[in-house]
Amino acid sequence: MKLTIQTPGALTTIQDLGRWGYQAIGMPVSGAMDAPALIRGNILLGNPDNAAALEVTMAGPSIMFGDGDGAVAITGGDLQPKLNGQPVQNWTVIAVHSGDVLTFGGICGKGFRAYVCVSGGIDVPPVMGSRSTYMKAKIGGLEGRKLQKGDELITGTAGIFTPSMSCPENLRPDYSNAPLRTVLGPQDSYIKSEGIKTFLTAEYKLSSSSDRMGSRMEGGKLIEHVKGPDIVSDAIPMGAVQIPGQGLPIVMMADRQTTGGYVKIGVVHALDVARLSQYMPGSPVKFSEISQEQGIDISRAEAEALNSLRSHVSQPAVTHERGAMNVIVDGEKFFVEWEKLS
Amino acid sequence: MASIEAKILPAGETCIFVDFGEKIDMKINGCVQALKQSLSEKPFDGLRELVPTYRSLSVYFDPLSVNLQALKQRLEGELAGLSSGEIGGNSPEVRVPVFFGGEFGPDLHDVAEHTHLAEDEVVKRYCDSPLYCFMNGFTPGFPYLGGMDSSLETPRLKNPREYIPANSVAIGGAQAGAYSIASPGGWRIIGRVPYELYDANRDPAVAIQAGMWVKFYPVDMTRYREIEVQAKNGSYKIEYGRRSLAS
Repeated sequence: MKLTIQTPGALTTIQDLGRWGYQAIGMPVSGAMDAPALIRGNILLGNPDNAAALEVTMAGPSIMFGDGDGAVAITGGDLQPKLNGQPVQNWTVIAVHSGDVLTFGGICGKGFRAYVCVSGGIDVPPVMGSRSTYMKAKIGGLEGRKLQKGDELITGTAGIFTPSMSCPENLRPDYSNAPLRTVLGPQDSYIKSEGIKTFLTAEYKLSSSSDRMGSRMEGGKLIEHVKGPDIVSDAIPMGAVQIPGQGLPIVMMADRQTTGGYVKIGVVHALDVARLSQYMPGSPVKFSEISQEQGIDISRAEAEALNSLRSHVSQPAVTHERGAMNVIVDGEKFFVEWEKLS
Repeated sequence: MASIEAKILPAGETCIFVDFGEKIDMKINGCVQALKQSLSEKPFDGLRELVPTYRSLSVYFDPLSVNLQALKQRLEGELAGLSSGEIGGNSPEVRVPVFFGGEFGPDLHDVAEHTHLAEDEVVKRYCDSPLYCFMNGFTPGFPYLGGMDSSLETPRLKNPREYIPANSVAIGGAQAGAYSIASPGGWRIIGRVPYELYDANRDPAVAIQAGMWVKFYPVDMTRYREIEVQAKNGSYKIEYGRRSLAS
């Protein structure tokens, strides 16, 4: 399949699960801000979890499909997708054909970014093992930049998928306003005990100056350091909560720099970093404490949810009235659609 | 010296920091590098990535396959067996050609004025400094270099430049460094390297890496252009070697 970008939207980039293994040389990880949404879209389409998709922000692009048939699954925030002008379901496999056009109505208060996952994944040359776009160093994705009008993308080899297959609601990510679960440390001891209490009780608002690098908090009482906000620089994991001199938390996101010189009071769980990435500017944000062991248990529960989705997808609930799938016969791949007549 | 003082600290559900102390110090960084070496040679189940910094080693792992208790015990065991201050022995070294001054080093004149030294003397002392790369960070491949001759210390620009060309060699306060990609910045630019310090399509992608000694040496414009051409056609080899204690 070929995708032609007719209009690019506010910020549309190619992302997979990130560029791991190069932080030691200062290369940020990048990748999808809402990775759990990307993975679910890929599972629905029979893609590898790490297949590249389009991360669409706030106002979506207009995309025309060409060069054959395939499917998309749109996950993450609800940006009101439409195929040829007709609303289509999120979290669902949608068959697409040459000439079809995907557009978006835009944000509607249910999330900030969506993932357009495509059968076979977006095929651009991997850089250091990843197709994720990192705009600051101009690498990955398409020429290391956000997509623009006229860009053409091709997809890789499609897996097996079933049109209309949906991710059940109970297996979708939690997008509630619950507090962001945070393991305290590595530098919680650099914060006055009153500051830790503030951090775990204050209600912040997500600042509009947040981006793929960091989510800034506004409002709430200021957090005081024991000595000062500067440390001898060390590493910044995904979700690290920096407390700079002004005393308000910044949660470090996908495009965070690998190292930094501010105190880190804690690290937000990956699932809740993904949830935070879906908040609208101005949304209330709270933090709660978990242990490192509890954090690992949460990751394991997520892995189980993904496995449940995998088995759900591999047992297609096709009605036998109507359906479509990829089949391989003698090594050749066919896309078959059927419909019961009479 | 007794066993190394280090803290094993949680950093979320995918990472542990082994922290050797709030200092820029060769002995501390030597411990970071030694621990990194040891974990790379015998990786544990679920190891994802090791990130050495000035003062700590970040150990990233897959939360689904890690055994947290076993990992902590392994780290404690490693720390008990670590001897301090390993740097200086048979460590890797990179030799890096630089054209100093002129349009490639617009701040060389100001550095000379600030330090009351001749420009030639600034270059000599910069190249003779036992520079050591404590870590890469800031942007892909930016090396934080310690060990610069203290007579060269020059404060950063009050108004940072919006654009510094890639491969510019610089002084920022007491530190030396090199802009690996074009970026804004406030360090004093004194010269330029004729090849890409960072190139995603080259192995190694980053020329100056954490744990390496760095030896800058001056080249004239003829040699600069030669190396530039060789680097572009792929025939230039970055000069890696080792530094023994004696040199």
